[in-house]
Amino acid sequence: MIEVDGLVKRYGSERAVDDISFQVQTGEVLGFLGPNGAGKTTTMKVITCYLPPSEGTVWVDGLDVRTHSLDVKRKIGYLPENTPLYQEMTVYDYLTFVAAMRGVDSTQHASRIAEMADVCGLETVLGKRIEALSKGFRQRVGLAQAMIHDPPILILDEPTTGLDPNQIVEIRELIKKIGKEKTVILSTHILSEVQLSCDRVLIIHKGKLVADGTPKDLQESFSSGQQIRFGVQTPPDPVLSVLSGWNGIQIKETVRTGDAETLFTITTERKDDLRPELFRLAVDEGWVLTELGRDQANLEDVFRHLTTD
Amino acid sequence: MRETWTLTKRELHSYFDSPAAYVVMSVFLLFTGWFFGTTLFLENSASLRSLFDLVPFIFLFFIPAITMGTFAEERRSGTLELLLTMPVKDWQVIVGKLLAVILFLMASVSLTVIYALTIASIGDLDAGATIGGYVGLILLGSACASVGIFASSLTRNQIVSFILGFAIIFALFLLDKVTAFVPSSLAGILQYMGTDFHYRNLLRGVIDSRDVLYYISLTIFACVLTSYSMSRRPE
Ligand SMILES: Nc1ncnc2c1ncn2[C@@H]1O[C@H](COP(=O)(O)OP(=O)(O)OP(=O)(O)O)[C@@H](O)[C@H]1O
Ligand SMILES: [Mg+2]
Repeated sequence: MIEVDGLVKRYGSERAVDDISFQVQTGEVLGFLGPNGAGKTTTMKVITCYLPPSEGTVWVDGLDVRTHSLDVKRKIGYLPENTPLYQEMTVYDYLTFVAAMRGVDSTQHASRIAEMADVCGLETVLGKRIEALSKGFRQRVGLAQAMIHDPPILILDEPTTGLDPNQIVEIRELIKKIGKEKTVILSTHILSEVQLSCDRVLIIHKGKLVADGTPKDLQESFSSGQQIRFGVQTPPDPVLSVLSGWNGIQIKETVRTGDAETLFTITTERKDDLRPELFRLAVDEGWVLTELGRDQANLEDVFRHLTTD
Repeated sequence: MRETWTLTKRELHSYFDSPAAYVVMSVFLLFTGWFFGTTLFLENSASLRSLFDLVPFIFLFFIPAITMGTFAEERRSGTLELLLTMPVKDWQVIVGKLLAVILFLMASVSLTVIYALTIASIGDLDAGATIGGYVGLILLGSACASVGIFASSLTRNQIVSFILGFAIIFALFLLDKVTAFVPSSLAGILQYMGTDFHYRNLLRGVIDSRDVLYYISLTIFACVLTSYSMSRRPE
């Protein structure tokens, strides 16, 4: 379990992380969201014992990062932002080096590397120098080194940047699988990724925590009404004249698609479902209905709502 | 301790993986060989003295060139972050890197044993002075390496690191040469603090514990400064 308590990290006079508190349970997959410069990376650097906290502290399984950094480091596998690696080493030598530094028994090195190669798809590049790898493969090497000592906690700063779509799916699956028994903290700018692989999301903005909950909770608590797509095979004018009589709705957009069809985007603060009413209207007026759908606020809207001033 | 050695091996590997190490070693051998050859044949004197006089000057450039990357390059590329989030203490990282530089220096200096053997075969070699000279070179080299590593820990730019390292090592080398310009009460201290003074002592063939202690203290002192500079991580 990770407990972050009143964490402040200053760079000079700038508060990059400004009084953040949260907890991560064992086996939980936590996603950090936030715009550029929000403080995600800085928070991770404190948890991994690279930077000392300016105020407050972090406990990892009850161990304080300020006083027990060595024990904390043993529990963590870390993929820093931008995946720094020793360019002149081969993948195999590099993974051997990390395994040795991480205290993996030397009799286990070969089997651990083989397992990581399998999991991260590195079999074909083990003998290559890291500088000769594409960005996606470097990212995989970064993931492999983070997991080589089978740590109970994984901290991954933007783990899927630079990966191809297939690999992104594989890594997501991997994180889900790992997340069953391990604690994972990952940061990302891809909102759908959070929905797919995280149990819980933290949204950070300007060093402060602005939201904490499951992706579903966040969508529900921050959704302000709904948005309806309503398409009929009719010119816009008669529809607009009827809808303008309805209470509490706005026509956000009117698009003529094809010859006879018009697509309306309607937004409303009302909590009840507008769709049955719209369906009946179309039937009564004899309009041919081509589209009727409802979107609730998605995580993207929540994110924008919380992180724009 | 095992981690320290793992780190040392990686460092040595990375020196010999790039052509730089071979170039540097060849240049070292060429320089010393040329000086050795000219004194041997022109002055007709069978002594390693000229070699031992020359090497400290070579070290002045040679050591900052080896150490400039130790921390600066890791800081620039970001690998320092991975290294320092591994379960090792800062001092293990510093000692691991220092050990690699010292071993590399020893390998380079041991190439000059060819000259010692040449002299031994044609004339008589002053064993005491030769052993003193080699001990002096290793101790001087270790202290300068530690200083160079400290310089490297201050910056993320290898060129800046080289210049800083060179400047500090040169200043320490000059300390006992400027005693004429300072009050006599200071002169003794300055002389004692200079690297060259102790080297001269060892060259006489007497291995005095005070000289040995001086180099070891300087090596440790620079390591302590390095660890202090590393604990101020960002920026
Ligand atoms: N080494 C540093 N020195 C000074 N300021 C820094 C340093 N590193 C980060 N900062 C500042 O701290 C703030 C938080 O940065 P951080 O890297 O944690 O953001 P982030 O959320 O990871 O952003 P991104 O999504 O772009 O990766 C930023 O305003 C940044 O300018
Ligand atoms: Mg970041």
